[in-house]
Amino acid sequence: MITRLSHTTIFVRNQDSAYDFYTNKLGFKVVDDMPMGKDTRWLTVSPPDQPNLEIVLFPITVGKMYPEETANIMLELLQKGKLANGVFECNDIYATYEELKSKGVEFLKAPTEEFYGVEAQFKDDSGNWFSLQPKSNFTKTE
Amino acid sequence: MTTEQYPGVHMYRRVVRAKLFIDNNYHEPINVDNIADEAYFSKFHFIRLFKNVYGKTPNQYLMAVRIEKAKEFLQSDKSVSEACTSVGFESLSSFSGLFKKVTGSTPSVFLKQQQSAKKAKKKAPLKFVPGCFISNNGWDENGNFREMTD
Repeated sequence: MITRLSHTTIFVRNQDSAYDFYTNKLGFKVVDDMPMGKDTRWLTVSPPDQPNLEIVLFPITVGKMYPEETANIMLELLQKGKLANGVFECNDIYATYEELKSKGVEFLKAPTEEFYGVEAQFKDDSGNWFSLQPKSNFTKTE
Repeated sequence: MTTEQYPGVHMYRRVVRAKLFIDNNYHEPINVDNIADEAYFSKFHFIRLFKNVYGKTPNQYLMAVRIEKAKEFLQSDKSVSEACTSVGFESLSSFSGLFKKVTGSTPSVFLKQQQSAKKAKKKAPLKFVPGCFISNNGWDENGNFREMTD
């Protein structure tokens, strides 16, 4: 029986830039930041209220795991904005939207009433996009 | 409904402005009057709005930010007294008391735990990385890492 998600990966173009985006803009906490070879770090962050989930900010670099052709395909998907990485939850979507926007986060969709509740969408510095939804979207009893 | 049309957009912007004021000035001797002024609200109206949005009063939020920042300072090897003054506390005892109430540990115990964890990660970094990542990336083939884990 699977009990929980411990690590998940967000593929990034540049770890320095991703570090700045996820910590200084989104307010995530760094869990691990350790050098792993010449150009790579083991860099993981967690959302403030979810310290047990480590998000691995993994660079798309040519190496053992990603041959050049694969890395190029992944970079192209990022550039085209085709990599959707999930839903981030917040308490108040309008306040979160205003704060992130003031910090320079690029929104693809402002808070909008949908049949499932209010939703916004933003992208990170690499081009990954995320849905942003208030907790209330997931706690409806009807 | 888009951003420019949602109800209370100007109110939200002012509350967020106050929140960012706290985030940027937590180390200064600020209080709810300064913060309400920053957002152009009357004090009591402001406290109510802030709590509606963030679930904490401005003062509770300020204290939470100070403790979080203190944790970061301690994680970066600052001393307890340096962390205390760096986050705007004048009294070490009130800082330590609040820190323990929020985190469950005194600042000095927290500092020791962080130093110990940092030492362990420096000595054997691969112990803190899931094996699938190590194997797929060939990090275990790196002689330097093997030496560090010995």
